[in-house]
Amino acid sequence: MPGPVAVRLTVNGTPREGRCEPRKLLVDFLREDLGLTGTHVGCEHGICGACTILVNGEAARSCIMLAVQAEGSEIVTVEGLARDGRLHPLQEAFREHHGLQCGFCTPGMLLAALDFLRMHPDPTESQIREGLSAVLCRCTGYQGIVNAVKAAAPVLRGG
Amino acid sequence: MSAATTKWVGRPVRRVEDTRLLTGRGTFIDDHPPTSGVHHAAIVRSPHAHARILGYDVAAALAMEGVVGVITGEDVAKSTRPFAVGVTAPVRYYCAATDKARFVGEPVAVVVARDRYLAEDAAEVVTVRYEPLPVVTDPERALESDAPVLHEAVGTNLAGHRRLVYGDPDQAFGEADVVIRERFRFPKYGSTPIETYGIIARWDPLEGVLTVWSNFMGPFIMHPLTARVLGLPENKLRFIVPPDIGGSFGIKTSIYPYIALVGLAAMKTGVAVKWIEDRREHLLASSSGTDRIAERELAARRDGTVLGMRFKWLDNVGGYIRSPEPGCSFRPTGNFVGPYGFQHLEVDASVVMTNKSLTGPNRGYACGHLYFETEGMMDRLAERLGLDPAEVRRRNLLRPEQMPYRTPTGGLYDSGDYPAAFDRALQLAGYTDLRRRQARARAEGRSFGIGIALAVDPSVSNMGYVATALDPQFRAKPEYLPKSGAVEAATLKIDPLGRVTAILATTPQGQGHQTIVAQIVADELGLVPDDVTVVDEMDTFTRVWSISSGTYSSRFGSVGTSAVALAARKLKRKLCEYAAHLMDVPADQVEFRQGAVRRTSGQGPAYSVKDLAGRGHWHTDSLPAGMEPGLQVTAVFGFSVAKAVDAEDRVNSSNTYGFIAEVMAVEVDPETAAISILEYVTVHDAGTIINPMIAEGQIYGGALHGLGGALYEELLYDESGQLLTATFMDYLVPTATEAPVIKIAHVVSPSPLTPLGSKGLGESSSMTVPAVIANAVSDALAPLGVRITELPITPDRLWRLIRQAKKPK
Repeated sequence: MPGPVAVRLTVNGTPREGRCEPRKLLVDFLREDLGLTGTHVGCEHGICGACTILVNGEAARSCIMLAVQAEGSEIVTVEGLARDGRLHPLQEAFREHHGLQCGFCTPGMLLAALDFLRMHPDPTESQIREGLSAVLCRCTGYQGIVNAVKAAAPVLRGG
Repeated sequence: MSAATTKWVGRPVRRVEDTRLLTGRGTFIDDHPPTSGVHHAAIVRSPHAHARILGYDVAAALAMEGVVGVITGEDVAKSTRPFAVGVTAPVRYYCAATDKARFVGEPVAVVVARDRYLAEDAAEVVTVRYEPLPVVTDPERALESDAPVLHEAVGTNLAGHRRLVYGDPDQAFGEADVVIRERFRFPKYGSTPIETYGIIARWDPLEGVLTVWSNFMGPFIMHPLTARVLGLPENKLRFIVPPDIGGSFGIKTSIYPYIALVGLAAMKTGVAVKWIEDRREHLLASSSGTDRIAERELAARRDGTVLGMRFKWLDNVGGYIRSPEPGCSFRPTGNFVGPYGFQHLEVDASVVMTNKSLTGPNRGYACGHLYFETEGMMDRLAERLGLDPAEVRRRNLLRPEQMPYRTPTGGLYDSGDYPAAFDRALQLAGYTDLRRRQARARAEGRSFGIGIALAVDPSVSNMGYVATALDPQFRAKPEYLPKSGAVEAATLKIDPLGRVTAILATTPQGQGHQTIVAQIVADELGLVPDDVTVVDEMDTFTRVWSISSGTYSSRFGSVGTSAVALAARKLKRKLCEYAAHLMDVPADQVEFRQGAVRRTSGQGPAYSVKDLAGRGHWHTDSLPAGMEPGLQVTAVFGFSVAKAVDAEDRVNSSNTYGFIAEVMAVEVDPETAAISILEYVTVHDAGTIINPMIAEGQIYGGALHGLGGALYEELLYDESGQLLTATFMDYLVPTATEAPVIKIAHVVSPSPLTPLGSKGLGESSSMTVPAVIANAVSDALAPLGVRITELPITPDRLWRLIRQAKKPK
């Protein structure tokens, strides 16, 4: 087994560094080595999307990426969304529209939605449903999530 | 108390849980570092569906880096006892395979190492020697005389059988103008919460205490069962549940055998052991609902009045019957007749063990099965008599003046106006117009169908129902202890500055208990919800709990909220007595109004909660003589209608009963077998709604679970007992694109049994969607003679049905 290697990346705007085995999953590195437990593991095979984060601005599944692959990357996790003690407008919309129940898929859902809204700033409902189909939620029936993303879109366009 | 007189109950108050969950600061079991020196477990699982275990070789694993121990079935057999099961058949169900493996994925050994990666490396080199045995997965085949037998001590694969007779079904069938028969198959599926099972166990050998953190959801009857398995006194086994659970839907009840297994690993290795199940393990070996084969018979008069029914069930519980099974058959005993008035019923329930994974509660526990069959039969009756399906149901519905209604099977429906709720659903769906659209569509050769499903939605299981599985003769023995009950406790305390803390023993999995409790306490004590801190981290050492505690069977909205209201009222009484003493007036001359104790006459000073809190804490000598110091109360709420099953097998299996009426319109493409949901209406009566936003969230979620089971999800096995759907690529969970738009409405018939009039709502449409969609698709394809009797209605299954129907006969 190869020994630990250094991994340097920027997480939520802060340079971070750690050492881990080359086989370590990025999600495990974030959770265990960097203490960022907001990113959740739901399937470890790239389907459920709970572990979705932004890597260099684009949504990625951190359960099917190795930490070493993220060397030098800019990463955004759910912990990086709220600023100065205020929720991000998308987070506000999720709260307002009951877009979460147990909250386990929520971090992945938020980041997938953020990536989706970047590419589709003025989406239709069916585009939202298609765009969010990359993240599984078993609590909400998705309606609250769809409503939240719809409500957040104009706020993000304006901001 | 009605919504008109309350400030917070009945309002869509935003959830206090959301801020932490939206910012990644929730505390789920895998985020939980409650103790130092945690090691990690990987479980070695049987690759065979049925095999004798000949031996283990763990030397290579033990020699690997970071490995501190390996536990095998031998240790399990030596150091633990089998779990008690819900039937009298001598099934020895241990927390891991000891003599034989009986399903693919059954735990056979556990490796404990410094981290999960090392544990999995070592698990790969554990060698288990097996002698593969013949496999049986089909429940009917399993009962044939030459079928492989899973449990030699039982001698057959039949785990239990009961024939329950209510009224005089033979006479009802003898007098009937029409008798209808149908066979149904319900699939094996599970709600697959996105957070899997997780456990951390720490053994303290000096105190002899095993502490287990886990996302177990209750019922806490499993706590004493697990203590017995591990040979621990109950007060030496501590269960703690972290504040956040990532969904459960009944599935996390069945984590308890793993609690014993991981607990044993901690006791044997001397290190704290953490195990987080992965998704493949979850699909292979956590829990699901049963697959069932049902033979149904219905007897009716020519006018559509149902006289009686016969249910013949074969429920497949997998390799071992694990408690609370056979709840798959008996959980709905009190509401077997659903919302209908017929009096004669025969239920022939067999529970069979086959080489599949184990079953247990899954959202809508046993009710999805029940109503899929009953509502299918009601449609067939309508078809036979040439009546509209809505009209047939209307002729059989219980009427509001019959409430409270004692069902022939012992249920006590506490309140409801079923015809009003049904009419509301028909009106909201535009039923008459839908039938016109259907006629037009059929004229154009399109397959447009309308389905209806009605259901009595039971909440708060009475623990006594489980004994329905036992023969009355067995229950009549003097040594048999009758069982009944459904209780919940709540503690309220006021700190010296007047802040209120509510402490519960519930295990919420996304239902917003903190928000709802804050709403109730704010109303009762004249506060705002922000003034109330709600702590619901279950801990068997510190919380007030009982065997029925937990968050399952849609119970919080009914029994949990009742305990909170009761505690608040008890606390108010104490505040009134205290303030009356300070005012030097009799207690009956004061009242609690707008957050303060005031004289009923309106004269004199008022004492606010804050004021009384300060005095009560700082100046105990100001309390009236004989009053216990401390502004703290605990209330335990129990239902007096929760009785033990009687000698005639009648039992009020739940405590409050809501109602669901659904209408769905679909169009089926006969070429591709694609099903489009065009209209879906669901009307619920769950009594007083405390938070309509949260209630609707439960309905949306429940409906999608029902849709998953009806159209997509199945734990499918091949003949050798290998699971074919062991990843989320094969086990298809609905995504946002499959979720239908739902029209929701409520009818409110407050429960007379709860202080707020509320009932449970958590399982809701999960129990009706399989029925409503099957009926809608059958109706769409009625011109072809296609009837849906088997779920899930996957495109390939439906395409085959359509093709068969089109073949020239």
